[in-house]
Amino acid sequence: MSTEKELFTVSIYTENNIGLLNRISAIFQRRHINIESLNISASEIDNVSRFTIVVNMIEVDVKKIIGQIEKQVEVIKAYYHTLDEVIYQISGLFKVKSELLFEEPQIQNIIKKSHARIVTVNKEFFVIEKSGRKEEIVELYEQLSVYGIMQYTRSGLIAVTKDEMRITELLETYNN
Amino acid sequence: MEIQTIKNNQTTKKATERISGSEAIVRCLIEEGTKIIYGYPGGAIMPVYDELFKFQDKIHHVLTRHEQGATHSAQGFARISGQVGVAIATSGPGATNLITGIADAQIDSTPMVCITGQVFSHLLGSDAFQETDIVGISTPVTKWNCQVTKASDIPAAIAKAFYIAKSGRPGPVLIDITKDAQLEEFDFSYEKCTQVRSYNPVPKTEIAAVEAAAKLINAAKKPLIVWGQGVILSEAEKQLIAVVEKAGIPAAWTILGASAIPTSHPLNVGMVGMHGNYAPNKLTNECDVLIAVGMRFDDRVTGTLATYAKQAKIIHFEIDPAEIDKNVKTDVAVLGDAKASLELLLPLLEEKKHTDWHQEFKDLYAIEYEKVIKDDLYPTKEGLTMGEVLKEINIQSKGNAAIVTDVGQHQMIACRYADFNITKSNITSGGLGTMGFGLPAAIGAKMAAPEREVVSISGDGGYQMTIQELGTIFQQKAAVKVVVLNNDFLGMVRQWQQLFFDKRYASTEMVNPNFVKIAEGYYIKAKKVTKREELAAAVKEMMESKEAYFLEVCVEKEGNVFPMIPTGASVSDIRLE
Repeated sequence: MSTEKELFTVSIYTENNIGLLNRISAIFQRRHINIESLNISASEIDNVSRFTIVVNMIEVDVKKIIGQIEKQVEVIKAYYHTLDEVIYQISGLFKVKSELLFEEPQIQNIIKKSHARIVTVNKEFFVIEKSGRKEEIVELYEQLSVYGIMQYTRSGLIAVTKDEMRITELLETYNN
Repeated sequence: MEIQTIKNNQTTKKATERISGSEAIVRCLIEEGTKIIYGYPGGAIMPVYDELFKFQDKIHHVLTRHEQGATHSAQGFARISGQVGVAIATSGPGATNLITGIADAQIDSTPMVCITGQVFSHLLGSDAFQETDIVGISTPVTKWNCQVTKASDIPAAIAKAFYIAKSGRPGPVLIDITKDAQLEEFDFSYEKCTQVRSYNPVPKTEIAAVEAAAKLINAAKKPLIVWGQGVILSEAEKQLIAVVEKAGIPAAWTILGASAIPTSHPLNVGMVGMHGNYAPNKLTNECDVLIAVGMRFDDRVTGTLATYAKQAKIIHFEIDPAEIDKNVKTDVAVLGDAKASLELLLPLLEEKKHTDWHQEFKDLYAIEYEKVIKDDLYPTKEGLTMGEVLKEINIQSKGNAAIVTDVGQHQMIACRYADFNITKSNITSGGLGTMGFGLPAAIGAKMAAPEREVVSISGDGGYQMTIQELGTIFQQKAAVKVVVLNNDFLGMVRQWQQLFFDKRYASTEMVNPNFVKIAEGYYIKAKKVTKREELAAAVKEMMESKEAYFLEVCVEKEGNVFPMIPTGASVSDIRLE
């Protein structure tokens, strides 16, 4: 097991209950682990939520964290993966003044080259969306920031794993 | 909340009747077999107290003098009986006062259900009078918690609370119930919870792991067992003794494991850890196979991990997968309930004696006896020792008393020297080290097991943290024997100041009140002993008393507890002086 810190995704399948986010984030906080990104959404199973948490840690500590997370009553299962073991995306939104689109022809090139999408345009501003790896979104940010960005935000990382999760089967074994 | 569980209950609904949420709370407790609860009333829980008044022939409510006392009493109740302890309080300060006891129960795996009242649901988040986010506050120190805002959710929530508190690795659960949910009427029916779909309390024991463990144990020349509270919680005492005797393995215990095997058992080699016995600590670093049963390698047990049992193969019998490899890397992990696992292990073990290995324990015990134990139990110099008080209690109890301790020097001395014939008899705050635990825990223990002799032993510091519970003893006529070993110091901190802070006794000297008068103020028989020649008779009088009794023993002011593994040192470097 590597003793170097690296980025891991922690994927947690849970019951959809109020308070669980608090319970899970407390596990990280207590050990002074900074969460790089966090996303909670529905999963492929009804009434089961999926957390995707990104942390920069050494593997032996991630394993211990997984144990502490799985111990929580309403957690069904937790996994950890390196970024190589998952297919992941993050999304960035950029709000830019509309006049720049006409005054700075470079901007159109930047949008085209980055394969970003224009979500909306009106008289005052337009909004660009870009999904991909974090570096791609940061690169777009750096290019656009030269001209001035009104608002910029980036989503948490979401990921699906290359291997199977088998949560439904797991729930069935719990029920028996 | 809990949509799944509630749906399940509705599909198999029994005959219902229309009652209030508050009556439902009391009825649920009765359904769970609860006969005694500890608590303190207040605005947001008043409807429940009104029902407790009506059901007082079925449930006995004990009014403690502080909510913290209610939790510790519930813990004492749980620890001596193995049953779920129940504490109840109002919202706001009532609820926050439970937190120390809840945290204590969490780290010591004690099954406890706490019920708190909460402000009306329409006031939640408005900073209403006595509103506090107790679910948020208690989250990191509970095994599970939830807030109920509808009466119809109460039965499923309480059923789930009891199931989670008691099953698997036990722990505290808190249910926060808004006042409107208590007042609302609904169709009541009750069904016990037997499963929660996301929760797997007892992992299956893998036979291959047991076989691997047996193979290591059979090949061992110097095996050592260290058992913890897991043995008591899974009621695996007989199974452990059978394993120990068949394979001839010396067995040592953690503070919370004490009493699972009688003190007098020839293979019981004493306590491990910071103030444990010399032999099992030293020989932890000599054994070839270390068999941990239901313990978690706490830092007070292991000393520095860098030099802990590095020469040994480690086998870990454990119910909580998160404990495997948490502190000490195992060679064989046997997940599951200790009782079931040890039952599987027993037939695979070869009969062994390990006579030479046992002799090593005896030799080291002889050294500890000469250097420490003799002077603790049979002192010749002036000044009473804590150890000789324990010796007198042993003589009177014949090892059959439950010993409830607080935290500090007296606790270590009591664990080192108390004789235990009966399991679940050492009730103490181990993991959290909660001063003030002892007196209220003793009340809970005595009420759970009125036939048992229950002796509360505290220091003058911790005693004063919950001294008001003398009122509970008086009101409940709980025949607890209360011993205070008074050295007019916060003794353990003073010992550290002496050893590691050049005797700078910062804020550890106590100017104490007249403890006898205070006890007498609560109409409790009381005596103070200052001389050795008075001790035996005073302890005898206390133990023979049919009712509560307070005994203050003035011990030497600057006595130290040895052996000692200083913080950060290795178990091999345990000091005898």
